[in-house]
Amino acid sequence: MQTVGDLGVRHAPLDDVVASAYRGAASSDVSSLISSQDRLARFLAGLPGVDQVGCEQRAAALATRSIKTTAKLTAIELAISMIDLTTLEGADTHGKVRTLCAKARRPEPTDDVVPHVAAVCVYPDLVATARHALSGSGVAVASVATAFPSGRASLAVKLADVGDAVAAGADEVDMVIDRGAFLQGDVGRVVEEIVAVKEACAGAHLKVILETGELATYDNVRRAAWLAMLGGADFVKTSTGKVTPASTVPVALVLLEAVRDFSSVTGRTVGVKVAGGIRTSKDAIRYLVAVNETVGPEWLVASRFRLGASSLLNDLLRQRRKQLTGQYAGSDDVSVE
Amino acid sequence: MSEPRLEVKKTSKLFIGGAFPRSESGRSYVVSSAAGEFLCNAAWASRKDVRDAVVAARGAQPRWSTATAYNRGQVLYRVAELLEARRGQFVHEVRAAEGATARSAAAQVDAAIDRWVWYAGWSDKLAQVAGSSNPVAGPYFNFSVPEPTGVIGIVAPTDSALLGLVSVVAPVLAAGNTVVVLADEQRPIPAVSLTEVLATADVPAGVVNLLTGPADELVPVLAAHRDVDGLDLAGAEPVLAAAAEASGATNIKRISRGVAPGHDWRRDPGTARLLRFVETKTVWHPIGS
Repeated sequence: MQTVGDLGVRHAPLDDVVASAYRGAASSDVSSLISSQDRLARFLAGLPGVDQVGCEQRAAALATRSIKTTAKLTAIELAISMIDLTTLEGADTHGKVRTLCAKARRPEPTDDVVPHVAAVCVYPDLVATARHALSGSGVAVASVATAFPSGRASLAVKLADVGDAVAAGADEVDMVIDRGAFLQGDVGRVVEEIVAVKEACAGAHLKVILETGELATYDNVRRAAWLAMLGGADFVKTSTGKVTPASTVPVALVLLEAVRDFSSVTGRTVGVKVAGGIRTSKDAIRYLVAVNETVGPEWLVASRFRLGASSLLNDLLRQRRKQLTGQYAGSDDVSVE
Repeated sequence: MSEPRLEVKKTSKLFIGGAFPRSESGRSYVVSSAAGEFLCNAAWASRKDVRDAVVAARGAQPRWSTATAYNRGQVLYRVAELLEARRGQFVHEVRAAEGATARSAAAQVDAAIDRWVWYAGWSDKLAQVAGSSNPVAGPYFNFSVPEPTGVIGIVAPTDSALLGLVSVVAPVLAAGNTVVVLADEQRPIPAVSLTEVLATADVPAGVVNLLTGPADELVPVLAAHRDVDGLDLAGAEPVLAAAAEASGATNIKRISRGVAPGHDWRRDPGTARLLRFVETKTVWHPIGS
């Protein structure tokens, strides 16, 4: 029996809690649910609450899993293939993006066993540069948009931002939700924006950034995740990386359970991207363990799970060398962007 | 009449990044005095402790190496002040560790403190003595300055638990390097007490990191670590030192070889150790016609 018991109401069957709320509220389809702010708000309020202590305890327990030797090597290479190699600084230059793209194509130039990363994530004005530098590599170009990172702009400006990114060749768009509207209960507005952005994406994959560090509670994280998925998100993403706390394993657990429940009720698969503050191989492997234990090994692919990071890649490469040679790698052994 | 007290016994810890952890491995070993009496349980460091110590030393490197030489000298002098305040404790510990007489132990501690002061004074004079302005045939002002090598692994001398240790650590610090020190396995207590002084003396966390445990287990890890820039093998056995030198070559570590047995640490050390872990940078500065 599938349950939402890990985090929420213990041993309550999924059908009884989420699914009945969902079916009751949606009656026929998703569009009718999100078209009515009242029904949407009632549905979100009806989602089971997250047991905060249980969730953090579970995350801490998973963090103690020991991943060593060949398993570690596999996990490191898997993590590399899931990275959205990111640069989101005001000081970004075309040259820096090209350097990053070269690294994304071939993270370990001396060893072609190492896979390329999943995507390179940049601001919209640098998408064309990244697109050109990555042509034929299989590495996707992701762009943040919608007045990232605060999202404080009119819908028209946000859509123009998305349009720019897509026109320049972005395969994936990372949008931010309007946290202010969400926190004041204006869920209809949040979902309308997501739907509008999804449309503007014109086929590009949409990742919806919840900025969990600003949502205050795990209950809100679960509600925001459902909201994003109902709005048509292809991925739900934890954080912009500009707010502390950024991504944590307990938050990732909440998201993973949300996408699992969503998939079970609606049959549509949504991915999870964790981002912000993931700097070491150990951090990355903890997330992989959480994915494996929550939604299963079939989610351990770049099309369903991503790690948004910049310095993480270098640590993964150093740890990989340590696994292969037995010697701890130096800080000069990897390129610095 | 006073009540009998429970003994408050001290367990010796490692010193990594300004904190005093036990070994990550949970291991410890017994340290005995020269006369064979139990002194304490000391942390038996593992290769992961070596790794953590190198990470801490690397992290502390930019700040320590770019602090002004004057400031480094001031901080090091502060260490000497605190050593002086704990003089009695060090005399007691050196005596227990080496089986020396009270007078000999006191003389060693005094010499160690004086040496620390001496090296502290060298901090802002090193560039003047080791640097130069060079005459060149061209319109350039050409000068050379010594710069710190980086993260240095030090295998402490085995025959002199405090004076020997100070004689190898202080000059490397004065030159602006950060260090990972492996204390003598049999006599680690004065070294551990020195870290307690360093922790309270404005020396930034991670500048000095101390490990205790068997050299034959830890030196090879330190020597092979590619983020260590230099290796002082002062206290390493010849066979161990030769192997360390070979594996240190993989990332071209600067190596300082072991000292001969019976070395008299009280002798005037000169500037040799100050200059052992510096790199000379030469600048050609155009001055026009």
